[in-house]
Amino acid sequence: MTATQEVAQRESKDVQSKSREQEIVLAPAVNIFENNHGITVQAEMPGVSKDRLNVQADRNSLLIEGDIAIDMPAGIQALYADVQGTKYRRSFVLSGELEIDQIEAQLKDGQLTVRIPKRAKYRPRKVEVQSA
Amino acid sequence: MFGNLFGSFDTRLFDDVRRLESEMEQLFGRADPPAGIRAMRRGTFPPINVGVTPERVDIYLFAAGLDPKGLDISIQQNLLAVSGERPLPLDEAADYYRQERFVGEFRRVITLPDDADPDRVDATYRDGVLHITVQRSEAVRPRQITVN
Repeated sequence: MTATQEVAQRESKDVQSKSREQEIVLAPAVNIFENNHGITVQAEMPGVSKDRLNVQADRNSLLIEGDIAIDMPAGIQALYADVQGTKYRRSFVLSGELEIDQIEAQLKDGQLTVRIPKRAKYRPRKVEVQSA
Repeated sequence: MFGNLFGSFDTRLFDDVRRLESEMEQLFGRADPPAGIRAMRRGTFPPINVGVTPERVDIYLFAAGLDPKGLDISIQQNLLAVSGERPLPLDEAADYYRQERFVGEFRRVITLPDDADPDRVDATYRDGVLHITVQRSEAVRPRQITVN
């Protein structure tokens, strides 16, 4: 199993999913695009390390979530804060032609890339025109 | 005459906008604390958090996918400026459904407390967060005074 698959298959309990009442959840900004091979989701999750990330897919949905952990000195007082959340979470509804067993996830510099391939029979095939 | 006409129009328009703003703030509980004079509107890339302790100022820029070598961090008196670029190559052969991510050049300026020491600045980039620490001068730290 490759590292990327491990990330994809990690159970949600690994990420602190115990409901902390006051936590503010942010929706990460995403780019989503599709080509012949499948769909790619790129999500911005700065402050999330690999061990605090959870990417989960079932037949109908893709869930991405992660806890923000930044290195802060004790007794820090906020002067200004654009980011007031402690975690990111966003989910998407998948469709049937996607091969959820083959999902790959990669996290680099707070940038998550999830690749969801299409089942082979749904990939467009080029039809060669034979000359008579 | 026109002044009067436009004047009243403007006022009403802006009153409406202001009322809408305050209603939104109430609705979402987002009545902002007073903003810094160099702060930019919410949603500007990259989002910034600034915190202080008596010893230092910590600045966090939430900017995923940057090349740290391409960042320009400069400090002049008590102004910290960070600029850089995030290229985001598009897949020409793909159909894009959502494009929410910021692309291009950015620059943000942060006012530091007056006692920030421009000679003692550190920056690290980890997990998509640029963390800049600026030490504060000793002289202004709170000092405990014992009564004899």
